[in-house]
Amino acid sequence: MAAIKFTLNGKPQSVDVVQEMPLLWVLRDTLGLTGTKFGCGMALCGACTVHIDGKATRSCVTPISAVAGKKVGTIEGLNHHPVQQAWIDEEVPQCGYCQSGQIMTAVALLARTPHPTDADIDEVMQGNICRCGTYQAIRRAIHVAAGADKAGAAE
Amino acid sequence: MIAQKVDRRSFLAATGGLLLGFCLPERGRADTASKLNGFVHIAPDDTVTFFIHKAEMGQGTVTSLSMLLAEELECDWKKIRTEFPGVDPASYGPMQGVFGSASIRSSWQPLRKAGASAREMLIAAAAQKWGVDQSQCRAENGFVVNTSSNARLSYGSLADAASKVPVPASVTLKDPTQFRVIGTSAKRLDTPDKVNGKAEFGIDVRVPGMVYGVVARCPVFGGRVASFDAAKAKAVPGVKQVVQISNGVAVVADNTWSAMEGRRALQVQWDEGPNAHATNASIRKMFADLCETPGAVARKQGDAEGALAGAARKIEAVYEAPYLAHAPMEPLNCTAHVRPDGCDVWASTQFQSAARDTAVKITGLPPDKVQIHTLFMGGGFGRRGGSDYVGEAVEVAKAIGVPVKVTWSREDDLQHDTYRPASYTRFAAGLDGDGWPVAFTARIACPAFGFMNNGVDFAGVEGIADLAYAVPNLQVEYHAPKAGIPVNYWRSVGYSQNTFFAESFIDELAAASRKDPVEFRRHLLAKSPRLQAVLPLVAEKAGWGKPLPDGRYRGVAVANNIGSFNAQVAEISIDRGKLRVHRVVCAVDCGYVVNPAIVEQQIQSGIVFGLTAALKGDITIDRGRVTQGNFDKYTMLRIQEMPVVEVHIVPSPNAPGGIGEASTPGIAPAVANAIFAATGKRVRSLPIRLNQLA
Repeated sequence: MAAIKFTLNGKPQSVDVVQEMPLLWVLRDTLGLTGTKFGCGMALCGACTVHIDGKATRSCVTPISAVAGKKVGTIEGLNHHPVQQAWIDEEVPQCGYCQSGQIMTAVALLARTPHPTDADIDEVMQGNICRCGTYQAIRRAIHVAAGADKAGAAE
Repeated sequence: MIAQKVDRRSFLAATGGLLLGFCLPERGRADTASKLNGFVHIAPDDTVTFFIHKAEMGQGTVTSLSMLLAEELECDWKKIRTEFPGVDPASYGPMQGVFGSASIRSSWQPLRKAGASAREMLIAAAAQKWGVDQSQCRAENGFVVNTSSNARLSYGSLADAASKVPVPASVTLKDPTQFRVIGTSAKRLDTPDKVNGKAEFGIDVRVPGMVYGVVARCPVFGGRVASFDAAKAKAVPGVKQVVQISNGVAVVADNTWSAMEGRRALQVQWDEGPNAHATNASIRKMFADLCETPGAVARKQGDAEGALAGAARKIEAVYEAPYLAHAPMEPLNCTAHVRPDGCDVWASTQFQSAARDTAVKITGLPPDKVQIHTLFMGGGFGRRGGSDYVGEAVEVAKAIGVPVKVTWSREDDLQHDTYRPASYTRFAAGLDGDGWPVAFTARIACPAFGFMNNGVDFAGVEGIADLAYAVPNLQVEYHAPKAGIPVNYWRSVGYSQNTFFAESFIDELAAASRKDPVEFRRHLLAKSPRLQAVLPLVAEKAGWGKPLPDGRYRGVAVANNIGSFNAQVAEISIDRGKLRVHRVVCAVDCGYVVNPAIVEQQIQSGIVFGLTAALKGDITIDRGRVTQGNFDKYTMLRIQEMPVVEVHIVPSPNAPGGIGEASTPGIAPAVANAIFAATGKRVRSLPIRLNQLA
């Protein structure tokens, strides 16, 4: 084991764990950031989605060694992001368990595609499973958040 | 917003103030101590805490029950916080938990009374302070107002005095025309913490000194550990201990991943037991063979056999449904700490009473020494009504003496579930010369959930034995096959498959008599006015009978479960062998609606849950074990497959019905009946596989 250094939610972070340990478990068990969720362990459900250098990434299959020197962002690092506000305004969550992953995926989508079409949303969001069936609300909230971005940019 | 960490006793000791217990049922007996059920707490800073004795798995209970309390309490909605209390049969009854879509139904009267009673005590305290009659005081948005002087006292300033006045013997509840909270789409209280990662689910619990465990279980149901060698597991970095428990071998480590790696390295010899040869085919044959013989009679009226023999036309069909996993997004988990003098259990559970009973049994501690801490559930769908996962954690905690969180992988979840049972039903119906049914028989083979009465498992026959259609001669029989696969309630229980069977077969009868499927149903539902009434609404909103774009087809189904009534119309297309569900319109009468936005959420949710099962759900058995291990093989509906779901609520003065499970049963038959409209072929087995239709 050797310390692995990376940036976590804007602050320097160092962890001393087995190199193969997935980022998900480092976040949850070692660092106590439990907003990132375990769902499948095989990058099939999206519950564990975080940002690595701004890109939506499944932390359950990302060994901690792969984030050395990189910028990791988690749900705890979003600070009243318009996507979170849209999620509140549109009352998206039910059980809420998948929503950290949904939000992280949506934030990355909007960063790259500020005004996504339904097809854009489908393409990116289909990696995130919601068993409560909030998909309709998620789609609505992404469009709302895209509008909020536009309003913000116009000011 | 939602705080759950403080236990009730220490919370009360720390804050003082007004705590009320309220009697259940509405008319309590002289000894009401065991019937106490709801709690209101008001702190000196005006914060109102509602103790929600149910649990939250997404169905909105925390919000809806708070609305019932707040309506009568006349408090400031913005100053509400909620907590889940510990298990307390004296206060909350012997079945503390959430199941059967019963939270609103069982709380509708008592929680409004709880709110009203607290309000009256606050008014009494204010009247004492002012030296005026209570009739000169009224409650308003967290204050008691002196109507003579316009003086105001906040609830917080009155709470201590109010806690010392007698609980009113009776209270008058508002007439619904006076409701200000109930009936509004008040925002869910749990939303803010569910978008910033702060909401604490069971799997998020962290206790000082905690270790992390996973359990290796026999892949074959009913199998046991023959022997194991822990050497390789213990060599995995981070692994601390390997202990045998009744259900397998637990690997304990200083993080979840190391525990999982340790389990991978663990060597276990299993005694696979009597189910090692079970396959889907052997189970299906068992069900089919049983249906060749008469079963226990679940319902009988008239002479079905005689009427069938004399009918102008006879229609027969066999319907089948597979085992299904619940697959909540939060994998099962439980954290436990067992000490010589007490036990704490932190769990996302639907059934706190059973969780405590389980821990009591394993630890041998008195019930009052076992504390159940209820966390948010990342989905339940019935799975978390069981306590197997609680028992495992308590066993591990007892063995190692320190707090441990036992987490299930997705593979554990799918391969060691207690499943929605597979089932098999043979129908026959006789039509008269005008095409109306004169006889209807069903013979059901469905593994029993547990509550047998005269050989009939109530849940196994619901959805068929309670057929609402008026058929003069009707007989429903039931067999309980023992297939060796553990089963339990799954969102909407027996209706989840039986409504698909019955509503598809009824559609067959409508087609055989060349009658419109909506009209055929409406005609036969004359004695079920609430079910009959949702049909014209869904037909109107879905444009039933109106032309559709090329390639689009509609199907309809109705369901009456959990005290609610709904009809659905699904609109589909089939393009190059690929089915797409474009739109689902649902009309629902669920009685008096507490929060329309939550009703809409739950209808959408139930439809997605049922549609996922209809299109994809299939747990298959081979060599006594489940074939599917993760979401690559047990697939889920995703956003690009999501139909537009439109919900239309029928205004109703009736007492509230359930909502969490209302819409799950009807979607599979609505889609299947649309496929018949498109292809002329019947879907008689789930999941829907277009290339296998006869």
